[in-house]
Amino acid sequence: MGLDQFLNWLQETPIAVAIREHEILFPWIESFHVLAIVLVVGTISIVDLRLLGLASRNRAVTALMREVLPYTWAALLVALITGSLLFSSNATKYAHNFYFEAKMALLAIAACNMAVFHLIGAGDIVRWDAAGKTPVAAKTAGGISLLIWIAVVVSGRWIGFTLH
Amino acid sequence: MSRIIQVHDWIIPTVQSIHILAISAVAASALMINLRLLGLYAADQPLQDILARFLPFIWWPLIVLLLTGTVMIVGEPPRSLKNPAFQLKMTLLVAAIVTTAIYQRILRRNPAFVTTGGRAGAAALASVSMLLWVGIIFAGRWIAYYY
Repeated sequence: MGLDQFLNWLQETPIAVAIREHEILFPWIESFHVLAIVLVVGTISIVDLRLLGLASRNRAVTALMREVLPYTWAALLVALITGSLLFSSNATKYAHNFYFEAKMALLAIAACNMAVFHLIGAGDIVRWDAAGKTPVAAKTAGGISLLIWIAVVVSGRWIGFTLH
Repeated sequence: MSRIIQVHDWIIPTVQSIHILAISAVAASALMINLRLLGLYAADQPLQDILARFLPFIWWPLIVLLLTGTVMIVGEPPRSLKNPAFQLKMTLLVAAIVTTAIYQRILRRNPAFVTTGGRAGAAALASVSMLLWVGIIFAGRWIAYYY
């Protein structure tokens, strides 16, 4: 089965049809999607600003991550579920929308950035964990993350204006 | 002014993006403060530290929100002022600002709020505050469906 065949099948599933045809379902799912995205971006920014050495400097990086990131992950899970539902309602159109494609690419880059930081950048974290000043690797990871999530929000908003 | 915003079709999406980013700062900051009041976040840190850290990230983005919100109203007046979702959003916003002002007062005058005010009071205030911000975000999205 090719991609377009899959997308066609997806948007004809009962859930996708329901979201497309019941006027009230889409805005409700969208509301939860916006709430979830807002909390993902907001909470991850708290960690990013700490990695940049710009805020929460009196809190150890690992402690802050342990406290904040569970909420980021929970919100991300909600964003992925609601996002998939919204996508299914018009799968072929979304899949061919530039801003949707850009948003997915940005999410993949965000995941890579996080993986690189955890595997390499955070290797010597015990040495600077409690310090207000953070090393270049941490600043880079935090800065990239902040920029990517801003771009995710912007591209997400543009989908709504270009999906015709 | 309204014409300018409508003619340049990149203005509204750009302003909306900035609006959402500012909401992110407000919502996450309110979440952290409210989780702290509920005893679910940084319980080993003084409430004052959490308030001092996050309250500015509510007040300053709020100014950005009012500015970008004004641009959206000017750009699409029929979509906002008489819109029930917009009116609900403004009502909830006033209440949310009151809860934020209470937090500001606690930061300035009452370091022992949680212990003297009682845990139940703190938890109730935190729950109301969080529900208000969620309501504001939801109502904001619904503005687009009521015109």
